Formats: sequence, structure tokens, C-alpha cells
Amino acid sequence: MAEHILLRHRDIPDIDQLDVYLAHGGFEALKSAVTGKSPQEVIDIVKASGLRGRGGAGFPTGVKWSFLSPGVFPRYVVANADESEPGTFKDREIMERNPYQFLEGVAICAYAAQAATAYIYCRGEFWDLAHELERHIEVLRQRGLLGENLFGTDFGLDIRVHLGAGAYICGEETALLSSLEGRLGQPRLRPPFPAAEGLYAKPTVVNNVETLTNLPPILARGADWYRSIGTERSSGPKIFCLSGHIERPGNYELPLGTTFRELIFEHGGGVRDGKALKAILPAGASAPILLASDEVLDTPMDYESLPKVGSVLGSASVIVVDETVDVAWLAYKIIDFFKHESCGKCTPCREGTYWLHSILRRIERGEGRAGDIDLLYSVARAIQGKTLCALGEFAAGEIASDVERFRGDFEARIVDGK
Amino acid sequence: MLAEKYASEIERILAKYPPEHKRSAVMPLLYLAQREYGHVTQEAMQEVADILGLDRTEVGALVGFYTLYYDEAEGKYRIQVCTDLPCALRGAEEFAEALCENLGIRLGETTPDGLITVEAVKCLAACDKAPMFQLQEPEGIHYHEEQTLESALKLVEELRRRESHG
Repeated sequence: MAEHILLRHRDIPDIDQLDVYLAHGGFEALKSAVTGKSPQEVIDIVKASGLRGRGGAGFPTGVKWSFLSPGVFPRYVVANADESEPGTFKDREIMERNPYQFLEGVAICAYAAQAATAYIYCRGEFWDLAHELERHIEVLRQRGLLGENLFGTDFGLDIRVHLGAGAYICGEETALLSSLEGRLGQPRLRPPFPAAEGLYAKPTVVNNVETLTNLPPILARGADWYRSIGTERSSGPKIFCLSGHIERPGNYELPLGTTFRELIFEHGGGVRDGKALKAILPAGASAPILLASDEVLDTPMDYESLPKVGSVLGSASVIVVDETVDVAWLAYKIIDFFKHESCGKCTPCREGTYWLHSILRRIERGEGRAGDIDLLYSVARAIQGKTLCALGEFAAGEIASDVERFRGDFEARIVDGK
Repeated sequence: MLAEKYASEIERILAKYPPEHKRSAVMPLLYLAQREYGHVTQEAMQEVADILGLDRTEVGALVGFYTLYYDEAEGKYRIQVCTDLPCALRGAEEFAEALCENLGIRLGETTPDGLITVEAVKCLAACDKAPMFQLQEPEGIHYHEEQTLESALKLVEELRRRESHG
């Protein structure tokens, strides 16, 4: 993509300075919305753009907003900046380098949702970044771009930054809201969805940082322009996070529908040290692993194509795995993550990740037993469909895919006992 | 006492949340307590609970749940190396081991002078810059990316110098 729509600092390096952002059309989209469009018109434009949630679930953003309980106030907007999926590091780059576009997106969302307060829930490790965001917010306040009566209207907005304290589960929106309320970050039963009863039991929109950063260009250039990027059902640009055994790891902003082959070999410079590509994790630790076949490499990375090859797009954090990697080890690394991050609320996830971990650890140590592979598979299946949130689902799905698609690696480990 | 010593900072924190939901301030107040005492002591939990009208056990549960709060004293500086899968694929485990070996400790342990703890942690959203770690110190958390053993040891030296001149 010649022009960056989200990672605009790659084209305009000083865009983290408000004056530079303003000189490049910054806050025009918010102004035109607040002074010239009704909240419903903004929602309709976002719906028409086809924008889908970039945090991983891919739910249509405008549709999510339209579920807000009518007539109930106050309402809240919460930016999900709890970026914690292994392999994902895009929201951080946006907030560090192009912060005002993100903050303008928060404001547009708040106007559409008719919320007077927005919170940015940053993972605790983003300590420096959170303090930097607070400084940017203060600048906006001083310049009259946040606060009461924006652009001479009766719409006002305050944005506040809240730091988490180290819990992957808080990326799940209901756990995030519980955490923001000062409770354990554990998911809630849905319904009610946050749009009906979210923060402090009030109607709440929770959107990912990248999702919100798409809003200013959508409002400025229109839904038709946005739909001209990407595929029919997956419109717009996407930041693909490329990590693992790759020559040039990093974030790549490309249209949805770009193939794995183009991302890995053209943009990422291919597999590191000239090794052969063995597998791809398309969405961090949270999606089934893919065998790097030609069919997979030629698959467009969009919401509808990944399921056809047996995985999902998720947050599009692509981890490249070369031929030297033993998938039994990889599965152990992944379950070690999920066991640590399971919040403990649902028994199948808490116990299931514990037992998967224990079996995978003994296989990894060369102490695997006959029957362990089937046992792994059966524990994974026992988690699926039995938990409040997707964490257990992610763990089970990934481990089951390792066993299904790379069974030989597990068998070799058990027989050899390396 | 936090309530007296940091009255204006506490007021600023509380102002972020609706007055009827001041419980939301528990996480920033725990960071404040940790900054003051080095870790969250039982007394600090009580202080935070008193400010917010909570029970100490409720505050204690949060300290136990969230990994960035500590209820025990360890190294003043925590070097927390991400060894999750993407970082591990780029040598983070070997990096962490080499660092520990050089400091004469095992992963998770603290140097004999009580200054530095080296730990393995989960994904820090910096996978493209591995090996990397975050330095957790009383004043906050800072990222150190694209690290080598040499650059990490240089930082350790700097921390030790800072202490001896401190």
C-alpha cells in the first residue's frame, strides 16, 4: 500500500505533534461529525464502511454501536488498549507514533455513542505510553479539542487513561470492564452485553485501538472509499504483525485480503536465515496453527478466507515458524501462556489448561506416555464450548490443531524421549 | 500514611472515576502503594481499602490476581524478560539464561545484594524487537528492546552505580 492510513507516522514522521496532525487534516473528521452529522448518521457511515473489530473478533463496528440501549445515559466508551496477544504489537505502535488519530477516533466513537466520558484501558506494562497519552490528552484539552462544548456544540468529552496490571484476560471486553470497575478481571456472563449493561452497568462501547484509529479516515473520506480497500466482506486496511522466524519482523499495513505469501516473502523478506517455512500461526496463540502449504500461503488474509483453511484471522498477528521447530515444544510454550493467563473463573478452562500443561510438559521433557496424544486431544475437546469467554476456546483450539496437523512431532517426541 | 502523604495525588486519581464508583481507583492506588513501599504490604492493602471503603481481603485478592503487584519484597529492580513463543523463536530463552548465568542467579531469583531480580514473563507486545525485557522499578516500567547480553549487563552496571551513588 503506497499510503499508510493507520500507520501515518511512516509517511509523516512528526505526526505525534498535534500541530503536524492538524496540518494534515487532523480533527476535521471529528468536527464535521459533531457539527454536521447526527450520531445516527455517523453510525450509518461506519456500518456502510464495513469496518469490523480489529481486536480479533471481527464483529461489525457500526452494528455493535447500534446495540446501545436507547435512551439510557450516561454512556461510556472504552478503548481496549490491553494489547497482550502473543505476536501482537500494533496498537502500541499506533498509540506511540500516531496518537492523535487514535484519540480522534475515540472522540468520534464517543460522539456516535453519545458518551461524555471515555476510558482508555492500557495494559499496565504500557506505563510510559499511558503517561504519554495523558500528556496528549492534556494538550487536546488546552486546545479546546476535548472538554465541554466542542466546536460550539453541546457535545463534550473527557478521555481518561486507566492502567491495568498484567492480565491477558482483561483484553476480553467484559473482564476489562470488571477490571476498570476495580474488580478481578474475570469475564461476565453475556447477555447482558456491554452495549446494554457495560461499565457501571451503563450502556458501553468497547472497541480496540486499531478499530478506533480507522474512524477518522472513514469519516473524512467516506464509506465508499473505505470499501474500495480490501475485499467485499473484509474492507479496509489491516495492520499485520509479523514475528518469529522472519527476516524483517514488524508491523505491515496492507489491505485485508493480502496473501500470507506476499506478507511473508515480499514484505517480511522471507524466512530467517534461508530456512524452510514449516508453519504459520495466523492470530498469535489464539488460533489453530496452519501447515505452510501452497494452499495456505496463497490464502487471502481476511475474515472469510481463513476459516476455509481451518483457522481464523483474529488480530492478524502472524507468527512464522521454520523447519527447525518441534511443534510439541511450540504447543508447550502456548499452553504455558494460557495456563498462566486463565483467570480461573470457569472450571473447564482453569483445570483444562492445567492438565494440558502437565501433559505437554512431560512430553516436552521426554517423559511422554503412550496414549498422551489422544489424552491431549480429549482434554482440549472437553474445554471447548464450556466457558464464558474465548480464552479456553483459544487454548483448546490451538492445541488440538497442533496435535491434528503435526501429530508426527508429538509421536517422535514420545518415542524418542529426546 | 498514603492518605496524608499523597493527598493531592489521591484526589487526582479519584477524580477520574464517578464518585459513586471510586472502587475503580483501587488499581492506581495499588501502584501508588507499591511505589511507596516497594511492594504491597498488608498494611498498604489496609490503607488502600480504607481510602475506598473496601475490605482488606478484597484488595488482597486484586494484588494476588494481577501480576504487576507484589506482596513480597524482592529485587528493587525487576528485569522481566519476555520468553513467550514469538520472543522464544528469536532467542529470548537463551538470552534470559545467559543474563542469569552472568549474574550468578537462576531465573526468578534475586542477586545477593537484593538489587536485581530476573524473571521470565508473558508477552509484552514487543515481539518484533526480541530479545527484550521490561525494567520494573519503583518509579514505573520501561521497555528495553533488541537486547544483547552486553546491553543488558551495561544496564545492570548502571543500576548498581545508581544505587551506590544513591
